[in-house]
Amino acid sequence: MFDLTDWICLLVAGAPTGLFLWLGLCSLLDRVPSERAMATAVRVALGCGSVALLTLAVVMWSGSMPRLTLALGHWLSLPHYDFTVKLLFDWLAMPFILLAYMLCITVGAFALRYMHREPGYNRFFVMYAMFMVGVMITALAGTIEVLFAGWELVGLSSALLVSFFHERAAPVYNGLRIWSVYRASDAALLVAAVLLHHWSGTGDFDVLLGRQPWPHGHTPLTDVHATIVGLLFLVAAAGKSGLVPFSGWLPRAMEGPTPSSAVFYGALSIHLGAFLLLRAGPIVQRSPWVAAAVMLLGLLTAVHAMLTGRAQTDIKSALAYASLTQVGIIVVEIGLGLRWVALVHLIGHVCVRTLQFLRAPSLLHDRHQLENALGTHLHDHLDSPRHARVSPVNAWLYRLALERGYLDACLTLYVVEPLLNVFRCCDRLERYWTTFLSGRRQHRARDIAPTEIDTV
Amino acid sequence: MNAFHFPWLLASITVAMGGAAWVRQQQDTARAYIAAVISAIVVLLLVCAAEVDFRLVEQLGVAVAVDPLSRWLGWPILALDALNSLLLPYAALLSLLLLVAAPRVKMKQFSLARTLVSEAIVLATLSCREPSLIAALLIGGILPTWLELRSRINFGSGQGLRVFSAYMAVCIASLVLGGAFAETASMGMGMWCVATAILIRQGLVPFHSWVPELFEAATLGTALAFVAPMVSAYALIRMVVPVAPDWFLHGFGVLAMFTALYSAGMALVQRDARRLFCYLLMSHSALVCVGLGSRNAIALTGGLCLWLSSGLALTGFGLTIWWLEARRGRLSLTGLHGGYEHTPQLAVCFLLTGLGSVGFPGTLGFVGAELMVDGSVQAYPVIGLGVVFAAALNGIAVVQAYFTLFTGRHHVSMLNLRMRVRERIAILVLAALLLIGGLFPQSLIISRYTAATTIFNDEAMHAD
Repeated sequence: MFDLTDWICLLVAGAPTGLFLWLGLCSLLDRVPSERAMATAVRVALGCGSVALLTLAVVMWSGSMPRLTLALGHWLSLPHYDFTVKLLFDWLAMPFILLAYMLCITVGAFALRYMHREPGYNRFFVMYAMFMVGVMITALAGTIEVLFAGWELVGLSSALLVSFFHERAAPVYNGLRIWSVYRASDAALLVAAVLLHHWSGTGDFDVLLGRQPWPHGHTPLTDVHATIVGLLFLVAAAGKSGLVPFSGWLPRAMEGPTPSSAVFYGALSIHLGAFLLLRAGPIVQRSPWVAAAVMLLGLLTAVHAMLTGRAQTDIKSALAYASLTQVGIIVVEIGLGLRWVALVHLIGHVCVRTLQFLRAPSLLHDRHQLENALGTHLHDHLDSPRHARVSPVNAWLYRLALERGYLDACLTLYVVEPLLNVFRCCDRLERYWTTFLSGRRQHRARDIAPTEIDTV
Repeated sequence: MNAFHFPWLLASITVAMGGAAWVRQQQDTARAYIAAVISAIVVLLLVCAAEVDFRLVEQLGVAVAVDPLSRWLGWPILALDALNSLLLPYAALLSLLLLVAAPRVKMKQFSLARTLVSEAIVLATLSCREPSLIAALLIGGILPTWLELRSRINFGSGQGLRVFSAYMAVCIASLVLGGAFAETASMGMGMWCVATAILIRQGLVPFHSWVPELFEAATLGTALAFVAPMVSAYALIRMVVPVAPDWFLHGFGVLAMFTALYSAGMALVQRDARRLFCYLLMSHSALVCVGLGSRNAIALTGGLCLWLSSGLALTGFGLTIWWLEARRGRLSLTGLHGGYEHTPQLAVCFLLTGLGSVGFPGTLGFVGAELMVDGSVQAYPVIGLGVVFAAALNGIAVVQAYFTLFTGRHHVSMLNLRMRVRERIAILVLAALLLIGGLFPQSLIISRYTAATTIFNDEAMHAD
């Protein structure tokens, strides 16, 4: 039987889920609610969820409970196979969820006005709710399978939000690109989940990471197993957080509406990879190879993002790379085993960056206001003669930064294109074979025309 | 063995055949449509009744329930057990949805009567346990599709007909040879021949080239009715799995995994929506075979579950493509089409069914994929990894198709392109099944697990 605390825990995760189900069902039935109804639903869901969360935080704090577990039963149970749905409220999940709620309330309030009378108002809030559900499930997951489910929801909502303005081609291509990167990282996470299940017979974090309160914990995996699973987690985290070599998707994500850029790519989504590494801390620390790889990747990402961010010409991309620099540093901290430092760094960074993203659309307005107040034009320091001459090293670095480290181009040229070329070649061979078999000589025009996606 | 309280199976097959004759008699398309839908609904009700009756009989500890009429004939050919008990309602539902949701503008090309005949043959195949009869029904099932291709030869189906005929001729010859070898006690040769026929019928690489040609040449409804029920997977379980040695099934699993990966990759580079759909379907039917070829109960349960989930999801996906074709003509993937604002519900359903097929969380496909991957890793880790990558590539292909067909530009149309009532009914039924099955999968999984253990028991019996 559920006690009162369990019901409160359930409400924390259930409020955004209910919102998503209602909005999603309306879309599926083609019965789009009015803006007013949607705004009320968003306020009610977030209000109930946040009150429940604050109550839970007080209960945990006053009762000195470092962790609470809510077992929702067996979703799937067979002999030798068990899929348990379990939520875990501990010192890692609680701050992250508090942060997520705070940001979603802020951005929700912002978006209710910002998106007013946009044709995709309903679509935005469906994706927004799906994203919230994804983040809640990921952060509160008590088993690796539940975490994977949330991870996937975050990926889909992110890709669809990036392509929100889908009557233009560029957001669509960027959305597809991001989805492809996410699918690759999701595959790594799924393999890690399956291997964990295979080696330890369960996906329960209580067993895999120990029952001690976060950040303490101990994994029963052997060194080799911990290394393999840890590296797979690192790939998953790299895809989701835009670490090197997947950083190319981050500026592409800025095609979406400002509220989504702020809450998702500037704040929550980009930190989910770091969250995963924090959650899997005992596994990361078990293997020195994994810890070293985490540090190295974090360092590379921080340097790359710091350089690249300096050459960006639009405010959202500059902020995105600034975010990535900090995420790189957070990942280094995780690699060093400084998990509390990493968590505090993460929370502080998310708050600052969200504020900056939300102010980004009014940057020009602010500047003009400042100039009006001063009564003169503000001069960019780049106009000064000191910067007129550039050394060859600086020029090379600038070019490198401007091309975003050629990471996207390298992935396209050396991974995506060769793979697609193999399949294109197979497709041509198949067509020759069927033409030969039927005795026909000509191919149909649509078979050989290049696609727009190929060209891009 | 015990008998049903009523000959449900024979009645359902008879109603489907009688319905086809009734439809044939109608001169008016609208009346023919109503006759076809009524027949398909009655068939679905009958097989559901058979399912309920089987559950009642099963509670008495009976594993196989035989149709009483066929028992009186002295040859209990039609029977239900744990394996085919859910497959019959599934196949009847697919046919009903195809008939209900067939676009009106495609009615002249899509034969309602032939679809009902196909349904009758599929139901007969799925309720049959006798290998020789299954082989005969597999051969018979080819005929309606072949007839449609032949009837459309003036509309450019010539290449498709020739390729289809060539492959099916080999398939039929292999089945006949397999039967002949089995009769002469050369079981090994018989198994190889039947396995070759199943490889062709299932569309596994390198015996698959007829599948894209069929999808290009036939109406989408006919192609779906021929491929989506995956009757050859049923034949595999009944005819090959009980007698095949471990190494053979392992090799079959590896080939199926290669097909799943290959087809998923091919789906990414297609320039025609039908071909893309066809490769997605091939990839999923290969994934089902990966599970069926496994000696692991969890993987086999996953494969059986994926059979239902991917069949339902991909039927929905195929239907949305069909409806979109009815609105815009043949769909090329060489450029972005736009049009989300005219057909938002269609776009949502396209994405939902597509993601449901690739095992997105919250859908029935997730359950099957999860079990498949987990079981495959336990049995053969490399195969499990292949399944994960195939699912990842399929997911990219689905979203790429969504973006290409619904977004990217502003589509101008003076016509109302929104979904019609019967289209909504069909897709909402599928969506409800996918989502409810995804959220509450336990009873379905238990039923599939029982089917998996039944298959293992059959194998053990044959080995003895």
